[in-house]
Amino acid sequence: MTTATITTAQDTGSVRLAHGKDWLTVCERGLLTPGRGVAVLLPDGDQAAVFMDRAGQVYAIGNRDPFTGAYVLSRGLLGSAGGRPFVASPLLKQRFDLATGACLDDEEAAVPVFTVRAD
Amino acid sequence: MPEPSTPNAMAHTAVPTIVVVGHGMVGQRFLEALADRGLTPAAGAARVVVLCEEPRPAYDRVRLTSYFDGRSPEDLSLVEPDFMDRHGIELYVGDPAESVDRAGRTVTARSGAVFPYDTLVLATGSYPFVPPVPGKDARGCFVYRTIEDLLAIEEYAKGAATGAVVGGGLLGLEAAGALKGLGLSTHVVEFAPRLMPVQVDEGGGAALLRTIEDMGLTVHTGVGTQEVTAGEDGAVNGMALSDGSSLDVDLVVFSAGVRPRDQLARQCGLAVGERGGIVVDEECRTSDPAVFAIGECALAADGRVYGLVAPGYEMALAAAEVIAGGRSAFTGADLSTKLKLLGVDVASFGDAHGAAEGSLDVVYSDARSGVYKKLVIGSDGTLLGGVLVGDADQYGTLRPMTGTVLPVAPEQLVLPAGAGGPVALGPSALPDEAVICSCHNVTKGAICEHTALPEVKKCTKAGTGCGSCLKVIGQLMPPPEDAGLCGCFPYSRSELYEIVRTLEVTSFAELLDSHGRAEARGGDGCEVCKPTVGSVIASLAPTVGASGYVLDGEQAALQDTNDHFLANLQRNGSYSIVPRIPGGEITPEKLIVIGEVARDFGLYTKITGGQRIDLFGARVDQLPLIWTRLVDAGFESGHAYGKSLRTVKSCVGQTWCRYGVQDSVRMAIDLELRYRGLRSPHKLKSAVSGCARECAEARGKDFGIIATAQGWNLYVGGNGGATPRHADLLAQDLSDAELVRLIDRFLMFYIRTADRLERTSAWLERIDGGLDHVRDVVVHDSLGLCEELERLMADHVAGYRDEWAETINDPERLRRFVTFVNAPDAPDPSVRFVPERDQIKPDLELLAGPVLAVRTLEGTAS
Repeated sequence: MTTATITTAQDTGSVRLAHGKDWLTVCERGLLTPGRGVAVLLPDGDQAAVFMDRAGQVYAIGNRDPFTGAYVLSRGLLGSAGGRPFVASPLLKQRFDLATGACLDDEEAAVPVFTVRAD
Repeated sequence: MPEPSTPNAMAHTAVPTIVVVGHGMVGQRFLEALADRGLTPAAGAARVVVLCEEPRPAYDRVRLTSYFDGRSPEDLSLVEPDFMDRHGIELYVGDPAESVDRAGRTVTARSGAVFPYDTLVLATGSYPFVPPVPGKDARGCFVYRTIEDLLAIEEYAKGAATGAVVGGGLLGLEAAGALKGLGLSTHVVEFAPRLMPVQVDEGGGAALLRTIEDMGLTVHTGVGTQEVTAGEDGAVNGMALSDGSSLDVDLVVFSAGVRPRDQLARQCGLAVGERGGIVVDEECRTSDPAVFAIGECALAADGRVYGLVAPGYEMALAAAEVIAGGRSAFTGADLSTKLKLLGVDVASFGDAHGAAEGSLDVVYSDARSGVYKKLVIGSDGTLLGGVLVGDADQYGTLRPMTGTVLPVAPEQLVLPAGAGGPVALGPSALPDEAVICSCHNVTKGAICEHTALPEVKKCTKAGTGCGSCLKVIGQLMPPPEDAGLCGCFPYSRSELYEIVRTLEVTSFAELLDSHGRAEARGGDGCEVCKPTVGSVIASLAPTVGASGYVLDGEQAALQDTNDHFLANLQRNGSYSIVPRIPGGEITPEKLIVIGEVARDFGLYTKITGGQRIDLFGARVDQLPLIWTRLVDAGFESGHAYGKSLRTVKSCVGQTWCRYGVQDSVRMAIDLELRYRGLRSPHKLKSAVSGCARECAEARGKDFGIIATAQGWNLYVGGNGGATPRHADLLAQDLSDAELVRLIDRFLMFYIRTADRLERTSAWLERIDGGLDHVRDVVVHDSLGLCEELERLMADHVAGYRDEWAETINDPERLRRFVTFVNAPDAPDPSVRFVPERDQIKPDLELLAGPVLAVRTLEGTAS
């Protein structure tokens, strides 16, 4: 190991996702890379995509890209437009608002949003 | 008015009938002018009938030669597809007028149809003059006037080696360029002592001659054609010239001027000029008040026959206005022209020959570079006219200033840059009433009422004629609102490249906060600028001191998913893998390893469109395992996922092939290893062919190399894809070292100046000066950049490391290769496959539903 990787030492808390009545612990906060996402396997077999933006804010939406059916949103690139964070699908590049799940390029489409805590 | 005798219902209405004979450029302009004035059947104001001799509607005859640049006859059309229908105009193509009965006011067409008229407009144009030399009708003799002429020349040239053009004027040189383009060794025979005698003076003619001879055309001036000789088969085999010499030629094109087509007018007794041309008054009315004549068939009120399109258009407008009941007059026009002949700019305007008494010439002449500029200045200091050869950029500003006193000393306007001039006399110096578009007579004031070129073209027609004013119109338009890369950066990719390079910026966040738009600073960027900046930093990594590993530190967050996982994302969320096989050379042992890996991981295997082996269907968590085996066997990343060098294809070359003249495989391997991993604005492809048979298809590549007996020819800017383009020759007969040095410079110059996702082909066509400019920069070092470009490439070559070898040897980097952060060992249940033709394919039904069916973590192994 010759180069530094993203480990934000102050971020030792864990990331938790609201699932039913419970909080599902996803990972250590330090495992998240600002500007990228990770995929989470939920107990019911569904998948979520969890992101951290540059400011350290954490978001979670469904991992399924409604345009292709593939479970890939966690691998998209995060960006911001007008101060609102979004992820662009890695397949056909449609953008989804991370806070609301709304697709910014197609009013008809949206993805679910999960409540997430990172402390 | 006599009662029309046609069964057409329109004719029984009260509206007058206008018959237009001839549908060329001027005829079409006349129809548009009628439509602008509401004088159409659609407006209920007239019946309009057009008789057209050629088999197609009006097309751009001025640009006839561009047919040979790959334009189709349709591209040259001047008629919007629905123009005739929209206005209710009856157009009969291939059916010329045969006779006119002025007493009965009818026109009879070749088909026998008889059209009554109230107003007749003759726009019959002109015909090419063929000097009455013996043999002029032999097989292989042509004229150069219509698309049909071009098609016939093109067909005949297939069996010809040498051609001659009789006439060294404007059209003659166009025709000569066309013959040369068809691969013929070409002669130009001009009776006058210089080329283009009407437009340019002796000095301009000399500059033109040198440049045109440099292109490989043979020019004979001051000699006439005495005879065209033919063989026993009746086909042309030579020409006898007035100086006693002869030429062996297979094909002759007569382009010795045009004559007005006035036969129809003569037959019906209209007045015609002594030397031809239908006599018209200032309203373009002939000796019969019901008949008008416009364009090249008319002898205008000033006693001239105009062979240019702009005066023809003015006549069309004048006639339409008069017919519509208004007042208008055509009293004459100047003969200003600007054109590109065989790639040489030639322009003349105003009193080009200095005919005015007391006029003085200011001349700059550089025979070496083929530039000649002359301004004719009156005794009171007004600009009277000029001639520009080799560099006519100033035409757009100088022509409208004709008749005014120049705001600066005239010599400053003809001197080249670096010699005390030229003063940039921009269009802002022009008065509002200056005519910018002389084809459509549009002033600067009218153009400046608009803010974008398409709007100007639509509303004023400026720039839609010869196009010579487009550059000036562009300069008159306000600069485009925003040329920025995206909503985050106000800079283009090439500007960001310069910022990163000179300020040695190594972080996206730093660049965004220092150079982003105010509203985007402190934000996350977007899916456009992040990979772009990531690519720029990666291209410059060794030079600016960034890590060369694209997934290090913050760079990891910039890469598209393909770069992020060093593999290609496929439609069901699985990835594909392309190992590098330099030059396409591979040992049986390595081929077996690929087969074993594919078999062991159950991967779908295919040779790709780029002739590489691709292994499909890997899950994220399988990528490191697969690559561990590939790296152990000596494979490296093929960078199929990156905007970077893909492959250097090769034919087998001299070593095995009986035709090969160089070792194309060795060169392909050397080049692929040299440029592997180089991040660029778009993917880069290359190929090396071992002989001129070109089996490696090198001319379809961004940089392609073709062996010659003396070395290598380098072609650049080719690609396949949706808009295929053959690469252009950059340099020839290069040694190995010269070849590599040129490619180094070319690629780095491209990476430095191209836009995001701009292939070399589009880049080459976009940048100012095109291929010539690129050649100046990378071959002749005109910008003094080459040393730096070479150093940047040397840095890249020295800094290259295989991304996959680095990844599998580093547990920290391997950590990202899990599907689920909370279940690192669980495979992705949504990535499943079904069988097809003895291999796998993605199970898309699984993905088709609104949500994934509930399934447990067990039982998901694929």
